[in-house]
Amino acid sequence: MMRRLLAALPAIVCVVSAAGAQARAGQREVVVASKPFGESFILAEMFAQVLESKGFRVSRRPGMGATEVAFAALRTNGIDVYPEYTGTGLIAILHAEPATDPSAVFGRVSSEFARRFKVRWLPPLGFENTYAIAVRRQTADQYKLKTLSDLASVSSRLSAGLTADFIGRKDGLPGLQSAYGLAFRQVRPLAQAVKYQALATGAVDVIDGYSTDGLIARYNLVVLTDDRHFFPPYEAAALVSPRMQTDMPGAIAALTELSGRIDVSSMRKLNARLEVGGEPVERIARSELETLGLVGNGRTTTEVGTGRESFAQYMWNSRGPLASALERHVLLVLVAVIAGILIAVPLGLSLEQMPRAAEPLIRAVGVLQTIPSIALLAFMVPLIGVGVWPALVALWLYSLYPIVRTTYSGVRDADPQAVYAARALGMTAGQILRYVRLPLAAPSILAGIRTAAVIAVGTATLAAFIGAGGLGEPIATGLALADTRLILSGALPAAALALVVDALLGLVETATTPAPLRHAKAERNRD
Amino acid sequence: MEDRPPTIHDGHSIDLQLVDLTKSFGEHRALDGVSLSIAAGECVAIVGESGSGKTTMLRCINRLIDPDSGRVTINGHDVRDESVIALRRSLGYVPQDGGLMPHWRVLRNVSLVPWLASMPDADERAMAALKTVGFNPSEVASRWPHELSGGQRQRVAMARALAAGQSCLLLDEPFGALDAITRADLQNAFIKIREESRFTAILVTHDLREAMSLGDRVAVMYRGKIEQVASPGDLRRNPSTPYVSKLLAYAESGRQ
Repeated sequence: MMRRLLAALPAIVCVVSAAGAQARAGQREVVVASKPFGESFILAEMFAQVLESKGFRVSRRPGMGATEVAFAALRTNGIDVYPEYTGTGLIAILHAEPATDPSAVFGRVSSEFARRFKVRWLPPLGFENTYAIAVRRQTADQYKLKTLSDLASVSSRLSAGLTADFIGRKDGLPGLQSAYGLAFRQVRPLAQAVKYQALATGAVDVIDGYSTDGLIARYNLVVLTDDRHFFPPYEAAALVSPRMQTDMPGAIAALTELSGRIDVSSMRKLNARLEVGGEPVERIARSELETLGLVGNGRTTTEVGTGRESFAQYMWNSRGPLASALERHVLLVLVAVIAGILIAVPLGLSLEQMPRAAEPLIRAVGVLQTIPSIALLAFMVPLIGVGVWPALVALWLYSLYPIVRTTYSGVRDADPQAVYAARALGMTAGQILRYVRLPLAAPSILAGIRTAAVIAVGTATLAAFIGAGGLGEPIATGLALADTRLILSGALPAAALALVVDALLGLVETATTPAPLRHAKAERNRD
Repeated sequence: MEDRPPTIHDGHSIDLQLVDLTKSFGEHRALDGVSLSIAAGECVAIVGESGSGKTTMLRCINRLIDPDSGRVTINGHDVRDESVIALRRSLGYVPQDGGLMPHWRVLRNVSLVPWLASMPDADERAMAALKTVGFNPSEVASRWPHELSGGQRQRVAMARALAAGQSCLLLDEPFGALDAITRADLQNAFIKIREESRFTAILVTHDLREAMSLGDRVAVMYRGKIEQVASPGDLRRNPSTPYVSKLLAYAESGRQ
């Protein structure tokens, strides 16, 4: 089995590098990315369609990480353009003090980004998406709330459900508290996806939202006015990579046609179509661009259900994209784990010869395991960029520890009497390794490989955040849109894949265990 | 294989000289000037308590341990002048627990050294060796080690040590882990095997009675030194040190 896998490796490497070569041939694609939330998906899709209508080839990387990941990718030319907000640029990237004048903020980020990162802000799209503090309509009626100053006076009676992000940022809760003298009875960190339900069901009384949120209308919420102008302006604009500025001035000109064309009410409607109506992003973007007269009319997009069919039908309808996501997922896991085996097994074997170095070295490799996967993936972006390669490197690093550990302990603990006798009878070190230690350690090594493969299947779902695709893509998008079916359409196949991988490698493990060792294992289990 | 077949001895039996061996492990002096001559075809039993240095001495012969000073010669050749691999293949070795490869059937285990030495008739030799140690070879050849009793495993280990025609056997507590009855059987079997094929043997044991019944001579070790070397009869009649007397007294009392 092992030998067959090794034989297949050159083929796999060829496929991977061929895919890379294909992408480099011909005219360069514009890589359009978005952050993982609905509005960002819609704007990025509009960018992509505008570019395609002008004849550019576009590659889409929706739902990338958080601000840090997307911006790191842009700065290093891993992606070419994504929608960003001036206030986020000012505070999250420049780490500057919040400011209130929109044009001053835009001027500041434009010049600073150009100087420090060679990254360009295109003129704003025409709407602001700032934080919005929202309450239920009956809460607003009960306390006569219109502004944040009104809220401050009754805040001690209310509990707030806020995103962790908002609780931590200085343009979030801490600043808000000092600007208005707010003090909530209780503050609970809540995920974006559950905030609205929590508010609607009365679990909390106040949430932070975005002023363009489509869900504000759906849940009949009241957005309180920021009467002291605390929140900095978050004007949406396209952010453009250094390489695109030198390579593709035409593409920049095309995108600039969107500047100033989308106002806050139309953005809110678009968001509602996505978040409330469940309409596909491509269709929302196309119809809006047609309305704006920016793309040709007539070509209707492929019919996709509006989200009312059964889950089985839904899965069946998405089988095409799911199959390619699954294929990518399997490829990521396969290449990463095989590369892991190629390094970790020889390493584990050689450590047996230097027992003093073994434990410290294995523990050092183990430290890698303690880095949260999403953080490790984010570290890869400035080093290797975005896409498949950084994901492979991260998955490969994760696969090392279980395999090194079990290879080393398997070889070290291989029947000591047998190893001793082998030495005393005149087997060379190489012969002992090949004919005694390795066969006796095989079950242990395979158990490590099995663990590594199952971990890799799970971790690979996070690779979507750095644009590597795979089954994590529907999960990331679904999380951003609070779309349970979309999440499940990635999560269920990923779980099934993990079970299949585990079962298959379990069979391999049994097959490679010498019969008497299987017997010994059964004996031990019986005791 | 890549190594030469055994070359140290080509005759039927060999003689061994241990000259002034010393070996320390940190503070512990395991061998403190040990000298011993073993004639071709002789069986010398080394007896002593654990830590007395008896196993260290045995391991110096096939260079599982190299002494700090002193030397070991076989038929007049220093063992360090030969390839260590060839040396080990030329000396049969029987560890306490058999040390059979659990993932190999009996035949593969017994034919190990002939196979390592690229002997074309490795399997035939293994079958012959199984017969020598008292098995019906065809009955036992295809069994797994875990299917055998402890005594059977030790006999397989002995066959393995003899299969390449080794004329010298090193036995490290070969019957130490067996129950009393099996042990007595194996001791008798060992005596019978030696009557048939007069190999030289060095046998390490902590049991004086075993040493006296199996050894042509008995060497008593205590704290890294040989206290006395003598035939069993001489040893019983003329213990030369208080330790040997004490050991004899214990062995006698254990008989009742």
